Parts: sequence; C-alpha cells; structure tokens
Amino acid sequence: MTADDVVARLESGMTIGIGGWGSRRKPMALVRALLRSGLTDLTVVSCGGPDVGLLAAAGMIRRLVAPFVTLDSVPLEPHFRAARERGGLELTELDEAMFLWGLTAAGQRLPFMPVRAGLGSDVLRVNPGIRTVTSPYADGEELVAAPALRLDAALVHLNRADARGNGQYLGPDPYFDDLFCEAADAAYVSCERIVGGEELTRAGGPQTLLVSRMFVSGVVEAPYGAHFTSCAPDYGRDEAFQQAYAAAAADPDAWAAFVKRFLSGDEDDYRAAVAAFAEETARRERRS
Amino acid sequence: MAPAPAPISRAEYCVIACAEAWRGAGEVLASPMGTVPSLGARLAKLTFSPGLLLTDGEALLIGDVPAAGSPSEVTEGWLPYRRHLALVATGRRHVMMGASQIDRYGNQNISCIGDWARPARQLLGVRGAPANTLNNPTSYWVPKHSPRTFVERVDMVCGVGYDRAAAAGPSATRFHHIPQVVSDLGVFDFDTPDRTMRVRSLHPGVRLDDVRAATGFALRVPDGGVPCTRAPDAAELRLIREVVDPRGLRDREVPPCRP
Repeated sequence: MTADDVVARLESGMTIGIGGWGSRRKPMALVRALLRSGLTDLTVVSCGGPDVGLLAAAGMIRRLVAPFVTLDSVPLEPHFRAARERGGLELTELDEAMFLWGLTAAGQRLPFMPVRAGLGSDVLRVNPGIRTVTSPYADGEELVAAPALRLDAALVHLNRADARGNGQYLGPDPYFDDLFCEAADAAYVSCERIVGGEELTRAGGPQTLLVSRMFVSGVVEAPYGAHFTSCAPDYGRDEAFQQAYAAAAADPDAWAAFVKRFLSGDEDDYRAAVAAFAEETARRERRS
Repeated sequence: MAPAPAPISRAEYCVIACAEAWRGAGEVLASPMGTVPSLGARLAKLTFSPGLLLTDGEALLIGDVPAAGSPSEVTEGWLPYRRHLALVATGRRHVMMGASQIDRYGNQNISCIGDWARPARQLLGVRGAPANTLNNPTSYWVPKHSPRTFVERVDMVCGVGYDRAAAAGPSATRFHHIPQVVSDLGVFDFDTPDRTMRVRSLHPGVRLDDVRAATGFALRVPDGGVPCTRAPDAAELRLIREVVDPRGLRDREVPPCRP
C-alpha cells in the first residue's frame, strides 16, 4: 500500500504510536502523509524526535505521551519546545523505563507493569492518574504501576520487509519498533525496500527479523522514508537538512518557506526538493 | 632539555574529578553524558578502574578506549536502548548525567524551566532520570556552576534527591545513591547527617566565596577546611592530553580560566 493508503485508515482522535528514537529511523514518510491528511486531535506516543515536532507544528497533536523529545545532534526539538511554551499540547511525561514497560504491558495485554522508576519524582505529580502497586510477597515493596500504552495504530520504518509484513532492521538498534507493533490494534511498516523472503534472510541473520507479519496490517515501500533521520546502514542522518529544519522552526516566515518548499507536495516532490537542497549544500561547501 | 609541560588546566582537574566517580566501581557500565565525564570515564578505565564497560554512545559496548570523537574499532557487546534501560534496573551501572537545575538534596531537573503545565522554557523531558536515580549510582556534571543551576528548589524533579527518596519510602531509597556532583568549580557530595550538599574539594584557584556566590543555597563545608581537588599525576596527564583527548575537546566544555 501507499503512505496515503495507511493514513486513510486512521482517524482523528486516535492514539498513534510512532517508532524509532529521537532523530533515528523515524517513519518520516508516513509522518509526512499524516501532515497531508488533515487529521486532528491525535494522541501521539513516541520517543520523540522531528516526528513530534512536525505534527506539533501542524497542530495535529492533542496529547503527547513521551519521555523526551530531541533531534540528537540538536538537543532540543524547536517545534515541540514552542508548542509546550505556548500551551499548544497536553503532555503525559513518562520516564524511559515506564515507557518501555508500558509498551510491553500493552503488547502482553496486561494493565500495567511494576517499575521502580518514578517513585519520588515529579513524574507522579504531573501524572496524577498513575498509581502504585504493593508487592503481595514478603518484601512488601511499593512500586509504580506503569500503565499499558495501548495504541490504535503504530507507524514504524524498517530497512527491509516482505510484502506480507515481516520486517527487518539492519542497523545496530531495533529501538522499540516490534513493541509498538505488538501494542497496537493495527501496525503499518514502511521500509526502504520490499524484498522477497529469501532476500530477507540473506541480508541478515534471523534475529534481524524484528517484526512479524502477525502484528502488521500493511507495508509501504518508502525509499528514503526515514529522511532526515538516520536509517543505518542504508543512510545516516541528513545533518545539513536537520540544521535547516531547526533553523527554519525558529522563525514563522522561515518556517512558512520551509513548508512551501518541502511539505506542500507529495513524497516524490519532497524527494526532489531534498535532492535540490543537497546539491545546493554541496555547491556551497565546494565554494568555501 | 624538554620543555616544561603546560600547567594543569581547569578542564583537566574536572576530568580527573569525574574519573574519580568510577574509582572502585568494578565491572559496571560507565554512562557518562557530556564531554568531560566521557573523558573521565575513559581515563578511569585506562588507569584505576580497568573493569569498566563503555558504550559507543549508541548500541555497542566497546572493547577499546578510543579518543573522544574517534570511532571504536573493537566491540565487546550489544546494548541497544531496550537492554540499556533494562540494565539500569540491575544496578550494574554508574551514570553521570547533566543537570539544568540541581538543589541541596540532589534533586535534578532536565525537563523544563518554570511551571510544568506551561513552561517558560521546555527542555529535554525527564528521559531516564527517575529510573537512573532509583536504581544505580547517579552522579552529576555541571560545566558552568551558577545560581541558575544550583537552585533552592528545582522546577521539576527528574532525578530524585535524598529528601524526596526518603519521603517516597523504602522502595525509593533501597538502591538510591548520588555519589558526587562535579562542576567547573569543585566536587560536591551528600555525606552529611541531613544529606544536604557539601563541598568535598575545590579546584585550584577557586575560593570558597566564589562557590558560595555561584550557589543558590547554603553549602555545607567540612570541618577543618576544604581540600583542593587532586591534580592528575604525570601518567594521567599524558593520557588526557595524548590519548583520550588529543584534540582538546575538554577546553570547549570548560574554557581555560583567565588569570
């Protein structure tokens, strides 16, 4: 299917998990399709990066569930920052461990997982709905019941997949993409290349087959579909483009120009505009 | 005759002070955040704490000790984020985090400045600070010691301090430990009866009054005066300058002080 087909299956008000981590292997082509969709009122669950920034800038996020939002090489995500500072989105701010075990609980169909993380911190103050649970054993420990992060839909990007939805990562880190898929009622995988089953097992050992088709509702072939985040080993982060994104985010006029140039057409238009940008950058570097 | 070595810089005192956080740590993961803590962890591993494990900053445990900013060539293990987060709960790790704010009990904030509901300045978010502080030793590194960072009360408790851990009960205090806070002015700890921050040592050239002026709360001072942070010995100095940081990245985080 196409990215637009995926988005056509989503609805305003849904809780949507977005895979990757910070500015790493984010399903950016699917996020760009979301930007074209006009959906609103979303609850986004993410180890946040520019996915959160772009959706926040477009006013599509009602609530964000996240332990952080960062561009990695640029520590603070400018659109997320601006949205928070103008009161533009609600936030469920969780510790990273609560996030990991919350996703795990959702996949396991459990209401919560006990974690030590959160006790004594203001995560419990800003999330008054989060409760503690007492061990029924002799230790009697009181721990945080990290709530399950059940999702209506998950969007992830992997290096390879077959047409049935078996997804493969070829970089050093799976992030939480399999957990996002298992926690969701419907999961959509975009990938750099759709390949036959034999090619999947040739590209890496069986342990690289991160996502099973039993948890996947649709596959999208989206070459360069994580751009401008990293997608090792296919490509690294486009640092020059990310810098341009972050710089444009700081100023309304510059952001309008950025949207006009890169985000006003379809994915082919995006790729063409990015190629032109890369050429300009290379020309500038040759001159200096 | 060989020229005399350059005098020891402020950044070099900071590197050795950070390295000391991992003395006696054994076979645990050293998780330094920031340039100077990274150099300190590498120096500790090359000298008095050879059992330390280090990552490449992403998913690999590295088996060599490359210079800061240089790629590793030996891999000894795999530590993707999910395993890293799970490792925290095993306790076999000592992390040195940054702090946008820290208070006298060691509560730390990296989430936002101002009212959480609508912050004046949104920062990173809590990240793993709540889990880190309750599960494994957590130290802090502050490259620019100021009253804006060392505050009476943090705006959002991400890393849990001694008062908040005590109030939260035995599950919170069970593995809670903040061994030290290192700044560009000195080394601090919480080895006091009421667990408030104490000056452990000052870097040479720093006066107690300088630190007091740069701290938004009253610091404890040990009886009998404040010692100087120890100097790196000749071998440690060579490792800092020639092996772990030949490009002088440490001076970008802690600029050489003016006389």
